[in-house]
Amino acid sequence: MVQFIDRRHHAKNTSTVSRQRFINRFKKQIKEALSHALSQRSITDIQGGEKISIPKKDIREPFFRYASGGQINHIFPGNKEFIKGDTIARPPVVDTQSLGENASDRGEGEDDFTFEINKDEFLDFFFEDLELPNLVKTELKSIPQFQNVKSGFSRSGSPNNISIIRSFRKALGRRISLSHDKRQKLKIALERLARLPAKIASSSPRRIRLECYIQWMQKEVKAIPFIDTSDILYHRSSPQIVPSSQAIMFCVMDVSGSMDEAKKEMAKRFFILLYLFLTRTYQKIQIIFIRHHTIAKEVNEQDFFYSRETGGTVVSSALELIYKIIVDRYPTNDWNIYVAQASDGDNWNADSPYCQSVLNERIMPLVQYYAYIEIMPRHHQSLWNAYLNVKHKHANFAMQSISKPNELFFALHELFKRNI
Amino acid sequence: MSKKLLPQNSEWTLESLQLYEKAILDIAQAFDLDTYNNQIEIISAEQMLDLYASSGLPINYTHWSFGKRFVNTEKLYRKGYTNLAYEMVINSDPCISYLLEENTMVLQAMVMAHACYGHNSFFKNNYLFKTWTNADSIIDYMVFAKNYIHECEEKYGSTAVEELLDACHALRNYGIDRYKRPQKISLQEEKTRQSERAAYLQSQVNDLWITIPPHFQKNSLTDKKEHFPKEPEENLLYFLEKNAPLLEPWQREIIRISRKIAQYFYPQKLTKVMNEGWATFWHYRIINELYNQKMVSDSFMMEFFKNHTNLIYQLPYDSPGFYGINPYTLGYHLFSDIERICRDPTKEDEVFFPDLTNTPPLEALDFAMRNFKDESFILQYLSPKLIRDLKLFSVLDDSNEPDLKITAIHDEVGYTALREGLSQQYNLDSVEPRIQIYEAHIKSDRAIILRHTQINHRPLDETSTQEVLKHFHALWGFDVILESVSPQGTVLKIVRCPSTAPTVRSNVSAQHTR
Repeated sequence: MVQFIDRRHHAKNTSTVSRQRFINRFKKQIKEALSHALSQRSITDIQGGEKISIPKKDIREPFFRYASGGQINHIFPGNKEFIKGDTIARPPVVDTQSLGENASDRGEGEDDFTFEINKDEFLDFFFEDLELPNLVKTELKSIPQFQNVKSGFSRSGSPNNISIIRSFRKALGRRISLSHDKRQKLKIALERLARLPAKIASSSPRRIRLECYIQWMQKEVKAIPFIDTSDILYHRSSPQIVPSSQAIMFCVMDVSGSMDEAKKEMAKRFFILLYLFLTRTYQKIQIIFIRHHTIAKEVNEQDFFYSRETGGTVVSSALELIYKIIVDRYPTNDWNIYVAQASDGDNWNADSPYCQSVLNERIMPLVQYYAYIEIMPRHHQSLWNAYLNVKHKHANFAMQSISKPNELFFALHELFKRNI
Repeated sequence: MSKKLLPQNSEWTLESLQLYEKAILDIAQAFDLDTYNNQIEIISAEQMLDLYASSGLPINYTHWSFGKRFVNTEKLYRKGYTNLAYEMVINSDPCISYLLEENTMVLQAMVMAHACYGHNSFFKNNYLFKTWTNADSIIDYMVFAKNYIHECEEKYGSTAVEELLDACHALRNYGIDRYKRPQKISLQEEKTRQSERAAYLQSQVNDLWITIPPHFQKNSLTDKKEHFPKEPEENLLYFLEKNAPLLEPWQREIIRISRKIAQYFYPQKLTKVMNEGWATFWHYRIINELYNQKMVSDSFMMEFFKNHTNLIYQLPYDSPGFYGINPYTLGYHLFSDIERICRDPTKEDEVFFPDLTNTPPLEALDFAMRNFKDESFILQYLSPKLIRDLKLFSVLDDSNEPDLKITAIHDEVGYTALREGLSQQYNLDSVEPRIQIYEAHIKSDRAIILRHTQINHRPLDETSTQEVLKHFHALWGFDVILESVSPQGTVLKIVRCPSTAPTVRSNVSAQHTR
């Protein structure tokens, strides 16, 4: 007695829970590996999984085992040149492999245990110390929405999708074509009846035959079903990505000497978060990186994060550049413009009022949202106050002073609230 | 007696699998293979990875180490470093075999003969499996175990359960009765007993002394000398389950579950060579028989031979990928050799195997399959011819000597030594250090003494020993002392957990000298 079962379509991933346990257990190590990985990644490259290495010694499962030493007799196959009594120099790494797994600690070394986590897990870790609200997390992780769009008709479907007009039209056509022959005959018969001379009595066999024939023909025509299963048509719909427009994201960062690596790291997370948010809403996003000290410059991502310059700080230079780029390249009607600015709050004092007016008069009317973070726990300088004034005037301006990553979200809080 | 040619497409279908299975069954019956009923399941590569992770059981509880194994094999597989096994077979009744969907028709046929008839008959008839495993209840037991552990996680938190399982896993090689024979109980009894145990233990809430046999309670301090346990206990998990003072009933039950599972796998550990050898021997015979009956074509056989030779290829010791003796090779040749000796003995065989020369081959094979484990099987059946064919040689690695020494090769004087040497290599003691519970001071400080009997002066690995002792300490709850002793009983080395005691002492003495 034998039983065959095709199990292929049954549940797979029965190890998922264990895998999750494993990842939770080594959270600390994975996070370390991850923050390293994050610094290597581009902002836009945030949607994939990540390769994680953790030190093997951390995840070893211990059991009683032998160390090398003592007397061991190994039996090997494939003797070529040895005879009894020969001696051979001890190989540099003592080979104890034939005696069970991992018998020797030394040979194995401290390799890293490497594996991959998927995009969702990656984002979970990424979000973890940002302490995002759950709703926001799911929102960010979900796939673009599809909408079902009518796309013609099909012969099969569910009853609620029946197209009544189409079905009836088809039934009508079928009835016409199937009854054509019979109606033609009926017509002729009726004509002949009409042409019968009146003198032929109603009881004459000829008239009766003709009348019977007409009755029968009328019945035949009626017998054609009014509607048939083959008539029924269904609306067909196919999924289509909800059309969305394009967005421009400006990343503005102060690169004067006071912005150290840790602050830049924080800024990067901030930019990534905004980027992730925008990918949810817009299909196409262009990122423009603007770094500034006393003069602003449009750069690529590499230069944005990694090249260093020192000098004073004139924020308005960056704002002017944003305005110039918007006016030159992106006519406002077609583009959704977002600006994320990160700075440590330093600015040349006389410049701050000017910044305020550039923002109020030129930039804010053009952009969807402007988020500013100041990565500096200490007291604020003139720029902060100037920006506070902007905030009062414009609801789509957000600012936040940040010392820990979990505060990042508040800068985007309004933005998320609006869209969820 | 030529029969109809079976489907020869390289793609299999469910119908062709059934035809092959029928043909294989007929042949297996003609060879008197006694098997459990077969349940053959086709699975995808992902599902095979899941099976790998749960140590080859279709159902298992959740634990991070299984996740780790999954992540690791998945990575190796995706990168192409490793192939998945063509099949996996569970010692259960009905015997469940998992066939990988990617296999060609030829492989499926080979694998069915290998697993569904080879392994299956071995599981059913080998004495170790008969003694130690209940094929008809293992799946039910795993369902019970999984649910029980899940309930515990809900009641006591997954961290507490995980820590307990970590400790059990570290000791699971020592959750086995090697010598004591078990009585069989059914799942139903197991369940009743479990609830009885839990109820009883619960009723005695946490009294330290309940787990200690009654006569110890009666005894006063007068006979302090009495040794507990009377005989050294090899089953560490069993001892902890029954005697650890501070454990709660659910913890004891989980310890029990881990040692039951360890015990279930114990025969597989002891019969790797025999089990694989038996299955390989039979798939070779059965497929050849299909060919003899003209049920498969020449090209089918060519593909079969390619796979079969790959399977039984033995890398020489000096090739880079050498990982020891291939159990398929050794096992297959041992069984083939028994058949050869029965059919066509040489002069030499008559000297070495006088019993075999007059026995019908099937009878001799059947006897060998039923009554041995790897260690004794090799000792009994490794013939001089096979030693010569495999060109075995023995190397002595003595850490006191500067060089390695060749002690025997495949010649007249070497046969016996090689046979004994190879047999010893499959003795569990040469893979796992022998550690037993020597004494538990249940009446004084509750310290427990473990003894590692040193064989051939082989020392324990210090780091892992320290780690395992921590786990042992977590279960026992009081000081744990591990003594390494020579076979004569001299204590050679002592490891403690917690390890603070000796350091404190040395601090004191250091101050003293100042």
